[in-house]
Amino acid sequence: MQSNSFMNADAVESLVDEMAGKLWSLMNERGIQAPLLVGIRTGGVWLAEMLHQELGLEEPLGTLDISFYRDDFTRIGMNPEVHPSDLPVPVDDRHIILIDDVLHTGRTIRAALNEIFDYGRPASVILACLVERKGRELPIQPDVVALHKVMKPGEHITLTGPEPLGLVIGTESNRESRNGESGAET
Amino acid sequence: MSRGPSLQLDDTGRLRHFLTIDGLNRELLTEILDTAEGFAGVSERTVKKVPICRGKIVANLFFENSTRTRTTFELAGKRLSADVLNLNITASSTSKGETLLDTLRNLEAMHVDMFVVRHAVSGAAHFIARHAAPGVGVINAGDGRHAHPTQAMLDMFTIRRHKGEFTGLRVAIVGDILHSRVARSQILALNTLGVSEVRVIAPRTLLPVEARSLGVHIYHDMDEGIRDVDVVIMLRLQKERMQGAMLPSEHEYYRLFGLTEARLAAADSEAIVMHPGPINRGVEMSSEVADGSRSVILQQVSYGIAVRMAVISIIIGTQNQQSQDNKG
Repeated sequence: MQSNSFMNADAVESLVDEMAGKLWSLMNERGIQAPLLVGIRTGGVWLAEMLHQELGLEEPLGTLDISFYRDDFTRIGMNPEVHPSDLPVPVDDRHIILIDDVLHTGRTIRAALNEIFDYGRPASVILACLVERKGRELPIQPDVVALHKVMKPGEHITLTGPEPLGLVIGTESNRESRNGESGAET
Repeated sequence: MSRGPSLQLDDTGRLRHFLTIDGLNRELLTEILDTAEGFAGVSERTVKKVPICRGKIVANLFFENSTRTRTTFELAGKRLSADVLNLNITASSTSKGETLLDTLRNLEAMHVDMFVVRHAVSGAAHFIARHAAPGVGVINAGDGRHAHPTQAMLDMFTIRRHKGEFTGLRVAIVGDILHSRVARSQILALNTLGVSEVRVIAPRTLLPVEARSLGVHIYHDMDEGIRDVDVVIMLRLQKERMQGAMLPSEHEYYRLFGLTEARLAAADSEAIVMHPGPINRGVEMSSEVADGSRSVILQQVSYGIAVRMAVISIIIGTQNQQSQDNKG
């Protein structure tokens, strides 16, 4: 596998600023106050931490590890590096902003939504992603995206970090089309 | 420690049965603890279930009585969304003359994916693992005096939750080491995870001859052995396994080895007290200690569910990978 730097930390940070701006307008438009920001491990958590600061939210941040909800457990077995999910406040009747780094097949988001609903019944869920690429295998679309990226077959894009953040593009000859949003870990 | 061919591990080192701590390395034990950490929060959610073992069947084969272990295994399986069968073997097939292997074959014909086995004979879970159909996992839930690896792992989880790192810890295991499958598994796990000192405190009559070879410091005096330890693990006095006069009396045992607040004062001021249950109050420990602020005995029970979820799901994961490998 080869990977090349596509964006450095400054460029990624300006994308995060853009996400924050779009989220701010969307929250105003929908009249959402005090949403619960939830980052999907690992890249989504880094982004959620930054957005949490930029939006000046007081509610604590949530993190999701979707290992126990993956649809490919029956094929690849247990992820040896599971982290606990943590939604620090009740999700019932709360507006949730779900953050992921790269939206590709949509399978990670399906797993994340299932997990969130096992915590309760949120008022709404907004999906915000840093990068969106073609290749959806499920009817899942983002509400906020900072960058739409056209990728060649066999290419994948990954957020690296947390210090410094960067986007890298890698190629892998026979990469399987599994839970492939954030290349390295899912 | 080799990762070569063994009954428990497949040829790439993945866990396919969980029979004993012996032969498992630190990395694998840590993986079990980390996975259990991921499951620990599930009990506090609205829906106390995750879907990963949906469609799998776990059969609890208990040839010996157990309440805590059987119920926590049952809950663990159910929280993973597996279907759980509880078979009280003593009351069913074997009393009608069916052999153990016939019982196994019948359950396999029902497409059971995993057996959780408790048996009074040492080696029973190994026997079942050797004879189970390929792709069927076996977890040892206690065999004779030999091993009780999930109990040991939930104890390790409890220690890590309360003490953080294993390095630097002094751990004392007190009581009936001779009859205790729990003690054997604990000693192996503690040494593999790298605590600085494991002590066993026991009367000579309740200490197996091979104890010294297990890498422990032996004490026959409770007050001396408990000094400055960070963790005190009390074992149950296994009255039902005692034949002959191994002890003068329970009262005498309590006087010499019972854990009281006064004795506990010699341990580290932050020391925790553990017990695998069920407690004989006034024999192994006083009620003040059992119900006191340093006791983590009830936490052990809760953690047991998360640890058993981890072991079940890791083995089911290995089965999934194997069936995928076979397809490829």
